[in-house]
Amino acid sequence: MYSFDYSRPGSVTDAVKAATANPEAKILAGGQTLVPTLKQRLASPSGVIDLGGIADLKTIKRDGNTLVIGAMVTHDAVARSAEVKAAIPALAALAGGIGDPAVRNAGTIGGSVANNDPAADYPSAVLALGATIVTDKRQIAADQYFTGMFSTALDAGEIITAIRFPIPKKAAYAKYEQRASRYALVGAFVADTAAGVRCAVTGCGAGGVFRSPEIEAALTADFSADALKGVKISSANLMGDIHGSADYRAAMVPVMAARAVAAAG
Amino acid sequence: MTVMENGIGASPKRREDFRFLKGLGRYTDDMTMPNMTHCVFVRSPVAHARLGKIDLTAALKSPGVVAIFTAADLEADNVGGVPCGWLVTGRENKPMVEPKHSILASGKVRHVGDPVVAVIAETLEQAKDAAEKVSVDYQELPAIVDMKKALNGGGTPVHEEAANNMCFDWELGDKAATDAAFAKAAHICKIDLINQRLVANAMEPRAAIGAYDLSTEEHTLVTTSQNPHVIRLLMGAFVLNIPEHKLRVLSPDVGGGFGSKIFHYAEEALVTWGAKKVGRPIKWVAERSESFISDAHGRDHVTHAEMAFDKDGMALGLKVDTLANMGAYLSTFAPSVPTWLHGTLLAGQYTTPAIYVNVKAMFTNTVPVDAYRGAGRPEATFVLERLMSKAAAELGMDQTELRRKNLIRTFPYQTPVAVVYDIGDYEASMEKAMALADYKGFEGRRSAAKAKGKLRGIGVANYIEACGIAPSSLVGALGARAGLYEAATVRVNPTGSVSVMTGSHSHGQGHDTTFAQVVAEKLGIAIESVDIIHGDTARVPFGMGTYGSRSLAVGGTAIVNALQKVIDKGRKIAAHLLEASEADVVFENGAYQVKGTDKKKTFGEIALTAYVPHKYPIDHIEPGLEETAFYDPKNFTFPAGTYICEIEIDPATGQTEIIKFTAADDFGNIVNPMIVEGQVHGGLTQGIGQALLENTVYDENGQLKTGSYMDYCMPRADDVPSFQVTTTVTPCTHNPLGVKGCGEAGAIGAPPAVINAVCDALREYGVGHIDMPATPEKIWRIINSAPVAKAAE
Amino acid sequence: MPQVVMEVNGKSVKADVMPNTLLVDVLRTNLSLTGTHVGCDTSQCGACVVHVNGQSVKSCTMLAVQAEGAKVTTIEGMSQGANLHPIQAAFKEAHGLQCGFCTPGMVMSTADLLSRNANPSETEIRSWLKGNICRCTGYHNIVKAVQIAAKNMAVKVAAE
Repeated sequence: MYSFDYSRPGSVTDAVKAATANPEAKILAGGQTLVPTLKQRLASPSGVIDLGGIADLKTIKRDGNTLVIGAMVTHDAVARSAEVKAAIPALAALAGGIGDPAVRNAGTIGGSVANNDPAADYPSAVLALGATIVTDKRQIAADQYFTGMFSTALDAGEIITAIRFPIPKKAAYAKYEQRASRYALVGAFVADTAAGVRCAVTGCGAGGVFRSPEIEAALTADFSADALKGVKISSANLMGDIHGSADYRAAMVPVMAARAVAAAG
Repeated sequence: MTVMENGIGASPKRREDFRFLKGLGRYTDDMTMPNMTHCVFVRSPVAHARLGKIDLTAALKSPGVVAIFTAADLEADNVGGVPCGWLVTGRENKPMVEPKHSILASGKVRHVGDPVVAVIAETLEQAKDAAEKVSVDYQELPAIVDMKKALNGGGTPVHEEAANNMCFDWELGDKAATDAAFAKAAHICKIDLINQRLVANAMEPRAAIGAYDLSTEEHTLVTTSQNPHVIRLLMGAFVLNIPEHKLRVLSPDVGGGFGSKIFHYAEEALVTWGAKKVGRPIKWVAERSESFISDAHGRDHVTHAEMAFDKDGMALGLKVDTLANMGAYLSTFAPSVPTWLHGTLLAGQYTTPAIYVNVKAMFTNTVPVDAYRGAGRPEATFVLERLMSKAAAELGMDQTELRRKNLIRTFPYQTPVAVVYDIGDYEASMEKAMALADYKGFEGRRSAAKAKGKLRGIGVANYIEACGIAPSSLVGALGARAGLYEAATVRVNPTGSVSVMTGSHSHGQGHDTTFAQVVAEKLGIAIESVDIIHGDTARVPFGMGTYGSRSLAVGGTAIVNALQKVIDKGRKIAAHLLEASEADVVFENGAYQVKGTDKKKTFGEIALTAYVPHKYPIDHIEPGLEETAFYDPKNFTFPAGTYICEIEIDPATGQTEIIKFTAADDFGNIVNPMIVEGQVHGGLTQGIGQALLENTVYDENGQLKTGSYMDYCMPRADDVPSFQVTTTVTPCTHNPLGVKGCGEAGAIGAPPAVINAVCDALREYGVGHIDMPATPEKIWRIINSAPVAKAAE
Repeated sequence: MPQVVMEVNGKSVKADVMPNTLLVDVLRTNLSLTGTHVGCDTSQCGACVVHVNGQSVKSCTMLAVQAEGAKVTTIEGMSQGANLHPIQAAFKEAHGLQCGFCTPGMVMSTADLLSRNANPSETEIRSWLKGNICRCTGYHNIVKAVQIAAKNMAVKVAAE
């Protein structure tokens, strides 16, 4: 690991100050992507700003018909939260299936959403549920937030403070794990929301997480697993690698979506 | 037979567990030495290139750098290359091509990961910093990755000495007789298959610490080895020219080996040599991504095989044509794996009278390939057992019936491929496995699965393996450059406790327990009085180490023979003390007793007398009670068994779930059933890993695409089921314990059992064969009959 | 050099560390707690699992400075002297280890599991342990060990 300056601010304000002072600094949330990147010398930031000392970012609360999850809430805390289980059980289940237990105990929702790994689980929930990303300076709708693989609408130094999830009528997530890494090869999050049926797909998009109009149309007509029989997804904008060709992943999208629909009940 | 508490046949809990469970194991990376420096290797990022200028200017100025070495420094000191321990002679008596394997690349780099420069610094981070500042001019050459292309001689050869990239062209068996058998066949079953390249992936990455003591002129190497004496021999004699008495090699706790830690590696030689150069100890520890490109890989065969049957399903002949990948250099035992450990096992459990095998070993720009759990035997078993199940399907016979019909039933049995099986009862293990797996009830389960939309299949594999490769005279004739005996010293201490120095090395096998059980039983003493010492050339007289499931059959027998010498000497002392004739003194239950009397002396009393020889037959026996035995077996041992795998495929995804896995093994007599079962479980999981998950993928430029656990699919807890494991027993006829070896069986028998099950599940799709790993996508494509699209990238 | 203060295995420790130091390196090098192992460099094998504030984390995927003020438990802190923790005892009982390299991480992960789920099913055990790779045992006896530990710990709780 290359050397860097480290700071552990106690408030978002101080974190923003630190980030402004050193635009090259990386924000450290749960560290489950950043630390492996650093230790393999794949990045050499001059500074690391650790959000771990900011208690405000570790809360989960219900705000009317919205669930607000602080950016530094761990996957494990989401998975175990009675509040989350009651409001959006699909989100708790998704969080409980990320990586492995040690990853869930350290990794955070804010870190995952900021990183926007194309094979991460959370972006699919954020997008399918039509969540809002709250930062130190603004609120960004999910549909405007994910701008490509490892790319988001966040400005340099902008810090996610919370994610606001509108509570859906029902929702579920189904994941096909890449067997080596255990990231999503194909993950489909379906939600029947006040704004209509939404389905977001992770793991296979060449541009990261994406909404599937084909699946949304079929489920809008009939929110059932059977409705997805015969739905075809084009492989044109999908990734392919040794773990699954784009064609195969395309075929798995409706399969996973159907499983999610079945799980949503 | 009554089982003595903690004796042979009992399952005492392992004595070594305490330290591992407490975090008190001592692995190489846990050790530090005063004034120790750290080594990082600059490795080739390309598969094939001429080495231009190596510029160390910036690196040498980097903070904390102690020294930086290149091939030129080693050549200036006349350091030799990594030796190969087995000379295979091919057709027409042509010896294999044996190119030099420099410790650091000289002239050319030949695979991604080939070490070029060694950077020694005060700290690991400083060594890494400096390594990044080393500038190497790689003048790239086309890489040769595919063996068929290598054979056709495309591009620049990997080695100038092998213009067509062939290391050797070897054959075994009677070609004319086999051709004649095929000529009268009623049915010929043909198969093309790949036994894919695997990476052993012991959880402890390789590591080495070199040190030099100027006052004694003694070199010390601490290394993650399965056989420290072999490393001392190879490195001392062939690489560094250090005599044995000035070179101590220690292998402390070693975190798994599976073959990959048998071999002598360049890093060991570099830190040993370098420690003298810099006058300080040097430590090197592989990071996992480095292990992937520097540990010897396993398997990697491309095979065409045909098997001839008569109209009743009796096998008449077998022809096997294999390309075996050696990688870029010859690793220590690489040439023996596709030849003497593969061709000789092709009879399997069957009476096939004529067998002919041809193996062409190829150099490619990939990591060297050598023994990995099973080593040659899994490749042979996969070919034969796939043919048997495929033939059964083609002949419309049940896969167990075709096998049963062809079983060898009389022993000893001379196969057409050079080896003689001493004993076995193959039908017994088949029947036991079939009963435990409820083979008869399978069709009902297949129908039930179909009703819920799943494809269920059952696969059977009969395996045979050859363990404890021996005798030395034979393996010497076959090209081994070492003996394959084992040594043991039994030191009875004055108060009756026993220290056993064994040349076998335990890196998970539990020798500390199993060997102690043997000693406790033979001497009639408590297991707590026995200490097993291994892994240090300064404490253990000699040894050949642990591989090929040889520890108990060969190393254990050496211990038994040394124990017998101890018992015999003790009898002389006892006869003197008891004033009886030696012939009248029997040793039973830990005491020497005069037959037909109650006069006796305990083993402890005799031990004390041996060291306090006041009343002692000093005229014809020396004081002390310590004996050494070297045991060179008369033959291999031949464990065998039947595995049955039952799987279910989800046709929507192509994903395979193992519903039930049954193993019935004949390992001969068993010393510790608990440990043996554990060995089987581990082997099965590696075999299932090969069948369904693991693959080592190079792109056409020789870049390794599966260079970490992100892409190399290690079996995890949720990938495998719990197993049903049982045994049958035919004791080995030529060692005193009647034991055969159990370490590799699972990895040998499981792959064909799984693939046979997958093919069985897919039978309605007309599947002849599916290559490993049988990934969901491959299966899904068969089910959806779509042409296989070229994977992206 | 910055200083990290944490409680390791019940004892307050101070270590001088650079920010670019992993927790595992402080444990192994500064504190000589070599029971925690490093088996990969992509944060997947789980040999390095320790507890930080009672939860299992990969000590190879955490900066030491992140553990400031934390309570850290390593395999060496699971039991004292000649004693074995019931989980350690169960791994011995079930032959849930061979080479021992992955074992500390397995034990620490199991402890986290059993603190949440006193009676896990085989499926739950296998799913929980997917972050701990073992190349020796085939997991069969590890699953048995976790089941034995769960049973023995439940008996112990009932007796208390």
